[in-house]
Amino acid sequence: MRALTWHGKHDVRIDTVDDPEIINPRDAIIKITSTAICGSDLHLYDGFIPTMKSGDILGHEFMGEVVETGPGSTLQKGQRVVVPFVIACGSCYFCSKHQYSCCDNSNPADNQDISEFGYGNRMSGLFGYSHMTGGYAGGQAEYVRVPYSDVGPIIIPDGIDDDKVLFLSDILPTGWMAAENADIEPGDTVAVWGCGPVGLFAIQSAMLMGANRIIAIDHFPHRLELAAKFGAETINFNDVKVYDALMEMTGGIGPDAVIDSVGLEAHGLFVDNVVDQIKVSTFLGTDRIHALRQVILACRKGGRVSVPAVYGGFVDKFPMGAFMEKGLTMKTGQTHVQHYTPALLNAIIEDKIDTTFLISHRLPLENAPDGYKLFHDHQNETTKIVLKPGMEKIQVDMPA
Amino acid sequence: MSVSDMMNAPATAARDAEARAGEAGRDERSVTSAVVTIAQPAQELYDFWRDFPNLVRVMENIDKIEASDRNRSTWTVRAPGGRTVQWESVVTEDEPGRLIAWQSVEGSEIRNSGRIEFHDVPGRGTVVRAVIAYDPPGGMLAQLAAKLFQREPALQARRDLRRFKQFMETGEISTSARTRAEATDLPTAA
Repeated sequence: MRALTWHGKHDVRIDTVDDPEIINPRDAIIKITSTAICGSDLHLYDGFIPTMKSGDILGHEFMGEVVETGPGSTLQKGQRVVVPFVIACGSCYFCSKHQYSCCDNSNPADNQDISEFGYGNRMSGLFGYSHMTGGYAGGQAEYVRVPYSDVGPIIIPDGIDDDKVLFLSDILPTGWMAAENADIEPGDTVAVWGCGPVGLFAIQSAMLMGANRIIAIDHFPHRLELAAKFGAETINFNDVKVYDALMEMTGGIGPDAVIDSVGLEAHGLFVDNVVDQIKVSTFLGTDRIHALRQVILACRKGGRVSVPAVYGGFVDKFPMGAFMEKGLTMKTGQTHVQHYTPALLNAIIEDKIDTTFLISHRLPLENAPDGYKLFHDHQNETTKIVLKPGMEKIQVDMPA
Repeated sequence: MSVSDMMNAPATAARDAEARAGEAGRDERSVTSAVVTIAQPAQELYDFWRDFPNLVRVMENIDKIEASDRNRSTWTVRAPGGRTVQWESVVTEDEPGRLIAWQSVEGSEIRNSGRIEFHDVPGRGTVVRAVIAYDPPGGMLAQLAAKLFQREPALQARRDLRRFKQFMETGEISTSARTRAEATDLPTAA
């Protein structure tokens, strides 16, 4: 089959590799129909993530058609499914509590040492994201092997376009969980730092959860426009001081809940790199640790802090004093995708949530290397790239 | 630490390893311990383990385990160079649903012993603690032992217990291989 493979910094290629096979009873093989490039894939592209091996297949946002099943799979050939980026066994203590990204078993035994050493506990397996999270081949390919296929994939009814449901794999549940972690109460003012895909979905979700006002903070005008479309007031941090603007807008109180969907680029120490593995879905170019400090300082007393953004290792100069003295609560974590997909699929079917606005480019899988370059070099124009296997390669022109 | 402190202190796999290292007069590196919680009843886990031939499904590098009777089993372990090493193991302690201890018979090529305990914990399943001891490092035998396990024994024990947990909780051993030929991390792989 054809697949996007990683060979080093800024070196991804379309290669012909062996087709995946059923190995364990609960496996299924999915023929990919749509697969997206995630912001966190750019960290792999930039070579920030250790434990990558040459030839690894990338991609953790994908969907397709079931073409083969093991005897323990509950899926049937021909079904269309979206596959969560988190691999979860469904049987361990954590899965029974719906904390799927904490799954004890999905990361192969030999790979669990790395996160056990770095975090004190072993974390779940993920598709297409280094060997620390299992070394699973990703979905930027024609086919993918999906372990524990009776737990993760959600079946999509006929007649619903891929574009509408693809983001159930990652960024939509991640935005929803970000809003849920903010414990929004009716009448609340919620401030969202970072208007990438996760921030934009968090804004939509917070609206549905009854927030009275949402204030979106970014510096890309295009992203702030998208936030405004969903009813958010906006702050461009290039134009005003964020803290002052928020105090002005909230009568000196500060937002009741704050969401940091900016994150931290991996740099420096090994542990930082190890950890910045997962989902930085927004791309505020600089000063990322500053965003987290700002979030804490701007939040009202007794307020809630939600952090969907990825933080890997150690954060320097975290304002613990402000966090403690103001009596704040923080919730965070990798998304427990499987917990959210059924309700979010219904919300999509009922037209309560729209995800298609995000897609800026559709390319053949054969052009995936062009897609990475486009996404990496032109972030303002590129909000989301969806790749389609089976299409002829085309000529892709880069923006001036 | 007084004797009463010792009695009151919670049991830990690490302390077990220490105590057994002391008893045996062995180098501490030759005794390894690991602990894991498995979301299944103690009796079920005990029953699986007590039927030793089952362990080829969760342990690496084991070619076969043959039980001659309920207490005696012959272990054949893959060694480098395509050869195998064998020893006979006999059960020395057995409390159904709670613990199993075993050791290699006198004169075995690789002298080793082990103990596994199963503690019911309501709401969580079973805490499983394992302690494995083998011949001390140094000399031909130890070199062979090290090669036999192919990696640091503590690491091997920890990973084998994780595979035991995976198998008992999910019915399979997690692997990220894409093809059956690549699935060399499965104990059942050829």
